[in-house]
Amino acid sequence: MQPLVIRSYTSTNCLGIGRDALYKALRDRRSGLTHCAFETVDLDTYIGQIPDAELAPLRDDLNDYECRNNRLAQLALRQDGFEAAVASLRQRYGAARIGVFLGTSTAGILQTELAYRRRDPVTGTLPADFRYEQTHNGFSPARFVQHYLGLTGPAIVVSTACSSSAKVFGNAQRMIAAGLCDAAIVGGIDSLCLTALYGFNSLQLLSKFPCRPFDVERDGISIGEGAGFALLEKTDASFDRTQLALLGVGESTDAYHMSTPHPEGLGARLAMQAALSQAGLGISDIGYINMHGTATRSNDSTEALAVKMVFGESIAASSTKGWTGHLLGAAGIVEAIISFIAIEENFLPGSLNTQTIDPSVEIQYLKDNRQVSVQRVLSNSFGFGGTNCSLIVGRAQ
Amino acid sequence: MMRVFVNGIGLIAPGLNGWNASAPILTGNTSYVAAPLTIPALEILPPAERRRTPVVVKLAIAASSEALANAAQLAAETASVFTSSGGDGDVIHQICETLTQPGREVSPTRFHNSVHNAPAGYWGIATVAREPSTSLCAFDASFAAGLIEAATQVSVGGRKVLLVAYDAPYPEPLNGVRRISAGFGIAMLLSPQQTAQSLSSLDISLVSNALAITKLAQPELEIFRAHVPAARALPLLASIAKRENATVITNYLGENSLQTLVTPC
Repeated sequence: MQPLVIRSYTSTNCLGIGRDALYKALRDRRSGLTHCAFETVDLDTYIGQIPDAELAPLRDDLNDYECRNNRLAQLALRQDGFEAAVASLRQRYGAARIGVFLGTSTAGILQTELAYRRRDPVTGTLPADFRYEQTHNGFSPARFVQHYLGLTGPAIVVSTACSSSAKVFGNAQRMIAAGLCDAAIVGGIDSLCLTALYGFNSLQLLSKFPCRPFDVERDGISIGEGAGFALLEKTDASFDRTQLALLGVGESTDAYHMSTPHPEGLGARLAMQAALSQAGLGISDIGYINMHGTATRSNDSTEALAVKMVFGESIAASSTKGWTGHLLGAAGIVEAIISFIAIEENFLPGSLNTQTIDPSVEIQYLKDNRQVSVQRVLSNSFGFGGTNCSLIVGRAQ
Repeated sequence: MMRVFVNGIGLIAPGLNGWNASAPILTGNTSYVAAPLTIPALEILPPAERRRTPVVVKLAIAASSEALANAAQLAAETASVFTSSGGDGDVIHQICETLTQPGREVSPTRFHNSVHNAPAGYWGIATVAREPSTSLCAFDASFAAGLIEAATQVSVGGRKVLLVAYDAPYPEPLNGVRRISAGFGIAMLLSPQQTAQSLSSLDISLVSNALAITKLAQPELEIFRAHVPAARALPLLASIAKRENATVITNYLGENSLQTLVTPC
């Protein structure tokens, strides 16, 4: 597959607003996780929340989309010159030739949760100001981003739980290869909601502590919220191969269980191998793996096994969820962006909150940050329903 | 333009009980008779799971099973694209109600069923399909979005792809803000090459909205097309059933429609 260059990218999550805040928190080893005080939630858990005060009302012409999820999308879009970069490509190719491919798991479901508290006591109807299509529906983030950026091309929301915003890179590859667009915005948004918090709690997957990926005593996830976007552009044979680019995407299905990964990491292996194969790269071409590393007992042990089986024991790898928490449908894009930063800054983040690495983990799992040059990074994202996606980003040479 | 071959179709909707029974209705040779939605027993699910399986999962699996059987294609060797305008309204309703009650004791099964890719997950488990699978949402345009995605996978990736579109009515009070009038499951096995099973080729492209959307001649079917996002596939299926050369326009998003040239094999 022909690489796609990354013209611009931005991320906003509990570590801060924009790319540099993310990098600074990684470098300073400052977690964004705090004890849960979100809305009326009464769970003893840590979350990665963006302060409400940062989530400004939506642009006047987009009032119908008003909800936390779209506010988060707008906040992210306004950083790092992303809008200007999109405007420049819109000028070159036209508004109909730039696709919008986004991932989310729950979109603005919080709006529906709140509306259910305000049902008419007699008829049971939802309040008149509730806008299902623009807030809760899974497609609402893509429609909002299209309107916000003035784009009219193809748009899709991928909603495959926690692999959603990794898989959208594959949609962009195919749409551009098929000639349906010249450039694409990929990304994802997930915002805090009671469905995810109480839902993961019901599965006994929430940690009472800031999550500890790959720690011998890890006991579950911390949920976070976040948004990230990348602007991808088509290349021809003469493109500058030292630029940051999307090099490979691998997708697979576990076909094992709805909420537990395959015990031998079979689907994860298939996804990593497919990404290498599509990129035309070997295991020695990858300098670092940003792992899915949710800090559940089952994910981390099966993922470590899968990584070892594909890459051997010497591969450097870590999970960054100790900083951000699990961003669910936005995890793929934010971890792709951490991978971009790793390459640009010659910086490998060591796992935060991890005290004692699980002795069953037989790879070079990083606890401390490292200043070392890497050219290509593989990033894993897996989700409920047994959905797996591995991305390879970096310099083609 | 992307060319794909349709090797098999599955269709489950009220009064449309499978592709073979529905094709004469879509051609106009047999009258449509309104009937409640009847989903055939899903042999591929464990008996214990069949009864409690959500209706959207049943619709998706029933349509997918039929399409693959008609195409003589193994699920385990087939990538898949699932698309729905909003997924499982029942489970969202149950969770949102639970969240208004003391204790907020969300059922763990309901929670994992609430992910948009639950039908794809159950399908993968039931058929041991480890090929790539995606689950899309594009509100009313979800069928067109799924067809584009499946066609890019076929034409760029050179692989066979199962496309399945499904929707089901929402319970109140969600039905008051999002009305879907009937349960629908539609599946097509799309192939890069013509095979002995191929029914038609489709040449698919994005076009501007200047062209009129293709509608259905039968009023009862046209109501489905207008009120169930997955049923926007029906004009395409009708053209395939008629074994005619046709141009079908399907509404997509904003300024774009989908133009499909249908050629019988």
